[in-house]
Amino acid sequence: MHDANIQRLLAQRSFTELGARQRARALLDADSFRELIDPFARVMSPWLARQGIVPQADDGVVVGKGLLDGQPALIVAIEGTFQGGSLGEVGGAKIAGALELAAEDNRNGTPTRAVLLLETGGVRLQEANLGLAAIAEIQAAIVELRQYQPVIALIAGPVGCFGGMSIAAGLCSYLLVTREARLGLNGPQVIEQEAGVDEYDSRDRPFIWSLTGGEQRYASGLVDAYVADDVEPIRQQLIALFRQGKPALQRSRQHAWFLERLQGVDTSIQADAAAVRRAYQGEQP
Amino acid sequence: MSSTIEQRGRSWFHALVGAAAPVAGLPASLLVADAELAGQPVRYLAVVADAGNSFPRARNGEVGLLEGWGLAKAVDEAIQADAGSPHKRALIAIVDVPSQAYGRREEAYGIHQALAGAVDSYARARLAGHALVGLLVGKAMSGAFLAHGYQAQRLIALRDPGVMVHAMGKAAAARITLRSLEELEALAACVPPMAYDLDSYASLGLLWETLAVAEIAQPTAEDIARVQDCLGQALADIAGGAKDLRGRLGAANRAASSRVRELLRAQW
Amino acid sequence: METLSFEFPAGQPAQGRALVGCVGSGDLEVLLEPGSVGSLTIQVVTSVNGSAARWQQVFERMFRAQSLPALNISIHDFGATPGVVRLRLEQGLEELSHA
Repeated sequence: MHDANIQRLLAQRSFTELGARQRARALLDADSFRELIDPFARVMSPWLARQGIVPQADDGVVVGKGLLDGQPALIVAIEGTFQGGSLGEVGGAKIAGALELAAEDNRNGTPTRAVLLLETGGVRLQEANLGLAAIAEIQAAIVELRQYQPVIALIAGPVGCFGGMSIAAGLCSYLLVTREARLGLNGPQVIEQEAGVDEYDSRDRPFIWSLTGGEQRYASGLVDAYVADDVEPIRQQLIALFRQGKPALQRSRQHAWFLERLQGVDTSIQADAAAVRRAYQGEQP
Repeated sequence: MSSTIEQRGRSWFHALVGAAAPVAGLPASLLVADAELAGQPVRYLAVVADAGNSFPRARNGEVGLLEGWGLAKAVDEAIQADAGSPHKRALIAIVDVPSQAYGRREEAYGIHQALAGAVDSYARARLAGHALVGLLVGKAMSGAFLAHGYQAQRLIALRDPGVMVHAMGKAAAARITLRSLEELEALAACVPPMAYDLDSYASLGLLWETLAVAEIAQPTAEDIARVQDCLGQALADIAGGAKDLRGRLGAANRAASSRVRELLRAQW
Repeated sequence: METLSFEFPAGQPAQGRALVGCVGSGDLEVLLEPGSVGSLTIQVVTSVNGSAARWQQVFERMFRAQSLPALNISIHDFGATPGVVRLRLEQGLEELSHA
């Protein structure tokens, strides 16, 4: 092996192995991370304990401010290990409230940008309607902030991004995935429950990855970048996208293109990865 | 029973729209038309069952790929049409959506992105100055509600056991949280955000108004007048006010949502 | 789920605070903060009921061998084994010494 390769491997630092707080810290400029409502504030879920479920001090969401590429930045990281990264009232309000303040910053002349590190199954079912309401507000805040600065989401894995938060991911200016990422609206178990095992076998992992894994999503043009599980290249990719600025037309605004493509899909047969890539190939607006 | 509920969106759409011609160029599962309410231009939108839907998992009124992107288109067209006008037509989402579409095709072709398309258009319309009202006449479930209605500044729900807001149906929720249906129901009875009834939902402060009608499936002339009156009041309430969703904060059962925002602001 | 409280003798208050672990399956979250002179208090919220004696044993064994600063420790436990509890506490104390 060449020395350069050895050096590269030695320098590599896995991102997916980091916890939410470490992830947030690692992507901002060195020593610039400052956490808001940190775990010692103990703003915890008011709903879990009364259902006999142990809460976490930060409710599974880390919100930090700092600099990225020397510019003011908000970073949000969801801890996928706690309750599957599910969003309840407190965690959801942390994300929505922070994005709302970032938009307010921009209206007042401070160009705060936002990075979302999404590891989530979506709504926390123990706080069902409050999680859903918070996700609607997160979505509203992304669309609002996006008017001023790019909002960039990264799905690194291993949890992936599902439920209402997959819709939130679809609203972002840019979306990054690793090979460990999965992105979909409905979790495999729920689809199997609702539609039957023939429609969706939640235990068939290769099948699920072939449709919703990071590589497939990138090959189908449903995300903007496919990154290695390595901290520094991810950070550089974020910086490059922020320097590029807002996209000409958000993916979530491309209804004409998607409707045209979907009209060409033969829905009499089941979908597979190759058919999706074919359908979504070609220039996007 | 389910077919009655599925037609509610259609019934209310026709009741409110009257003789106005539907907007063309949309999937058959979407009913969209421009009409007038309280002297203002209004676009009504509903997602309805379409037995001929080319996506088989979206034939019962679910919000699927075509519905998400179709709503995105229908709302975006209103934004474009009114772009140069100081008077933006109001958008009224008639909500009767049993769920998002659960299926292999849906996941494969990116239903999350289609629903993001709908949310994108609704949220941009609100920011552009269109008043946005959600009228709940049936189920308002999970991702389907996020895509159709939940971006509204004011939510109005008709009082009826069939009007329900939730993140997941009971059976699936029980399976995912590893509980029996009985355990889930017992918890739902004492944890308001988990409950399936409208009063519990209203206690979260997310509804602007609830309204009783005589015949929810086939509204009477009096029902229609009452709902129109309420919609008109909602439009008046929105006029000149905030373009965001802050009107939903403040309920005692949602105190943490306010407290978190206060702390964030103090530490920002 | 149950909430347990423990107290042990300690020295001067610790400097700084530390957080280790996560409320994930088989793991726990430990928050360490300066306490009042002479006292080490521990509050445990655990998903495992009837485990007071086991916690007492783990703490006694750990704190017998070393003299500790005054701390308030909060634990949110999601079914961690005594070995994992010990590891997390040691990590937390280690981080405090660098704080």
